[in-house]
Amino acid sequence: MKFSRAMKSLSFRRLQGAEMAAQIRISVQPEDFDIGLETAALAIAGTGGVNSFLGVVRHQNDNADVRCLRLEHYPGMTEAQIQTIIEEAESRWDVLAATVIHRIGDLYPGDQIVFVGVASTHRGDAFNACEFIIDFLKTRATFWKKEFTPDSDRWLTTRQTDLDTASAWQASEADPH
Amino acid sequence: MSDVTVQFFASLREDLGKDRMTIPLDHSLSVSDLVIKICAAGDTAWQSALDSPDILVAVNQTLVERAHEVQPGDEVAFLPPVTGG
Repeated sequence: MKFSRAMKSLSFRRLQGAEMAAQIRISVQPEDFDIGLETAALAIAGTGGVNSFLGVVRHQNDNADVRCLRLEHYPGMTEAQIQTIIEEAESRWDVLAATVIHRIGDLYPGDQIVFVGVASTHRGDAFNACEFIIDFLKTRATFWKKEFTPDSDRWLTTRQTDLDTASAWQASEADPH
Repeated sequence: MSDVTVQFFASLREDLGKDRMTIPLDHSLSVSDLVIKICAAGDTAWQSALDSPDILVAVNQTLVERAHEVQPGDEVAFLPPVTGG
């Protein structure tokens, strides 16, 4: 009897977990962010593990010194696209909580650009969902980067490798694990 | 008659020298036909930039095909290739 009650309680908790929507935080902002605070907030929201990715402005790109990176977005549409990307990750893996913070404006080498964090019951899901979200942020969200070097400035274009990575995720749609 | 708001982002904004404009509209028309109206109101030299297959189009913040019918009052945006992350 005891065992059966315990099983019932366990399956109820599982059901609740399956129906509970992930806690999602999205922010597109000029201000810097604190990865310690963001990771801690995810750890509180989730049980099991937190995986995160931090994007930083590179010092060199295509053999040229980077002086400044100017980022812009399409207010409203960009946030909605990020929400869609997170929901897609949530449909593939067990995601208890997810945070995406993306900065805009003028950034300099070493500055933090983007934070993606995922809390999950299991590390595999946290790793996969985090990687999926950053891969799609690169190709599916309306952000644009203009790079300033000592000699010139240019709008960056989507890298073929980034497009290939996103396509690979789509191809794996039928079998995410 | 209701205005359509048109926005240009990033490299496209710099190429055209304009970030937004309004086009008066009293009936629906395709994105491709809207581009002709935009060029007539702005500069005919914009045609090739706006017709480029690299440029995506969003209507009311949702990506659409060029055949999509734009309605009076819609928000239309022309988007160069994205580079986030």
